[in-house]
Amino acid sequence: MVPPATPASYYGRPVIKRPVWKWEIGAYFYTGGLAGGSMLLAAAARRQGRDTVARRALLTALAGVSVSPVLLIRDLGMPRRFYNMLRVFKVTSPMSVGTWILSGAGGFTGIAAACDVLGIMPRARDGAEVAAAALGAPLATYTAALLADTSVPVWRDAAVELPLVFAGTALATAGAASMVLNDPADSATARALAAGGALASVVGVQVMEQRLGDLAAPYHEEPWGLAAKVLNGAGAALTMLGGRRRALAVAGGAAILAGGAFERWSIFKAGVPSASDPDYTVAPQRERLEHFVGHRQAEELAPGGVS
Amino acid sequence: MTTVTIPTIISHDIDTRSHDADGTPRQMGFFTDTSICIGCKACEVACKESNQVPDDGLHWTGESYDNTSAIGCNSWRHVAFIEQTKPVQVPDEQGSGALRWLMASDVCKHCSNAACLDVCPTGALTRTEFGTVVVQEDVCNGCGYCVPACPFGVLDKREEDGRVWKCTLCYDRLKDDMEPACAQACPTKSIQFGELKQLRVIADERVRRLQSRGEEQAQLYLSDSTDGVGGGHAFFLLLDRPEVFGLPPDPVVTTRGLKTIWTSAGGAALTAVAAVALAYLRGRA
Repeated sequence: MVPPATPASYYGRPVIKRPVWKWEIGAYFYTGGLAGGSMLLAAAARRQGRDTVARRALLTALAGVSVSPVLLIRDLGMPRRFYNMLRVFKVTSPMSVGTWILSGAGGFTGIAAACDVLGIMPRARDGAEVAAAALGAPLATYTAALLADTSVPVWRDAAVELPLVFAGTALATAGAASMVLNDPADSATARALAAGGALASVVGVQVMEQRLGDLAAPYHEEPWGLAAKVLNGAGAALTMLGGRRRALAVAGGAAILAGGAFERWSIFKAGVPSASDPDYTVAPQRERLEHFVGHRQAEELAPGGVS
Repeated sequence: MTTVTIPTIISHDIDTRSHDADGTPRQMGFFTDTSICIGCKACEVACKESNQVPDDGLHWTGESYDNTSAIGCNSWRHVAFIEQTKPVQVPDEQGSGALRWLMASDVCKHCSNAACLDVCPTGALTRTEFGTVVVQEDVCNGCGYCVPACPFGVLDKREEDGRVWKCTLCYDRLKDDMEPACAQACPTKSIQFGELKQLRVIADERVRRLQSRGEEQAQLYLSDSTDGVGGGHAFFLLLDRPEVFGLPPDPVVTTRGLKTIWTSAGGAALTAVAAVALAYLRGRA
């Protein structure tokens, strides 16, 4: 039997539930990424002997990891029970893994920043800084795993590309923040991260949309994705061409900071329309089934095939 | 006096006790045979009564007799009504074009590989000794992760108290060897409760009988432990494709892709470290 062109549905009602996360989670994706990237940048700057750059990156990271738990707890249905997250560790739950990554990264960042600002215990500072950097990278990408581990088609089917996009925006925004805060003479590393990360996220999103095909349609319902591409592209160009001049570095940095925010927001927002339309859920599954049945029939018909 | 013989649809005695004689819990479940559902919604009402599920208002949808619309935090059973212009399997005086009315009572599938349970970061979602999946309401903190994780759209957050709620397969009643409220209330035995093993045998027999009578589309849904969710402790007999009832045709537990998910996230994290190392070389003083 030939399947109908439009998949059947029950009065057009969604098959899966829409994500119930509020704006705080979309904002956290940004603050967590910025913090994670800044932890990496702080460790790199310290090795370079650029202590001012390292301190400002540490403080940026500290701001990020301080705001993040507040956002996450605010979004809970029962905020006073947030500590229940700390009673288990489950690799099947990226949210559980992420809770521990954020706790660890936040703790080490706090120690490193405190030692640095107070000018005490430089070895403890350096150790904590490296530990924070080691956790900063997964802090930037686990949120992509969190989205991919759902039934929402636009997230689930982008499990490979989403973490790369998130890594890109994390490094880009951390680099951009550092460019804005520091003298251009000290910002070569930050510029490379800002421009490279911004371009990587633009390319990553493009590849992701290509591979998602029809499932990527929710990305074009709202202007966030387009705005992110324009801002990231413009920001990267400004950074590469004029980043050695303070004014242009600030402009390029601001564009990339905004581009990263829009990028993560567009990915966060795409989940709702993707979950709401039953066709996005049903069509690929139906296709998979027909494909499977087709294979089996072909095998049965083939001489000497499995019967 | 004329004797009327009612054809028996349920020819089996199903043992509804949830424990063996020695007290060992058994793997229990629902077999919902939608071919004999009459759309009375007794299951919806019994569930609400027994589990004290809050009222969520009455909304006239105009969608056949369905004013519940979907499974949700306050509707743990949902009877779907589907009107089709398809030839019915009974003698039809008006000839062709008769209306076929499908009714089906939907419920949490209590998947053997449950996405909600896997992604829950607090351990609030657990598997019971009967193989069913329940939310512990005193642990759930309303993070909402299970909501988009469920491939069937079962888990739902109740805004009034911030937690997620769903069918417990009457965990409290099972502990006392009692049948779940919906199954007990069902007047046609469309909802059958019993040991999963026995239910699967009954279901196989039933679907074969329907198919041999010309119901070509009759199919079992989630009765196979090799499917994408490892089979459901609640499974169904449907007279049309699953999507007609609002069910996903080939659901797969989200965590089946866990290896890809973590490899990608880990790979991206390492890429980020490598990128920073490269940028570090560029900016050395």
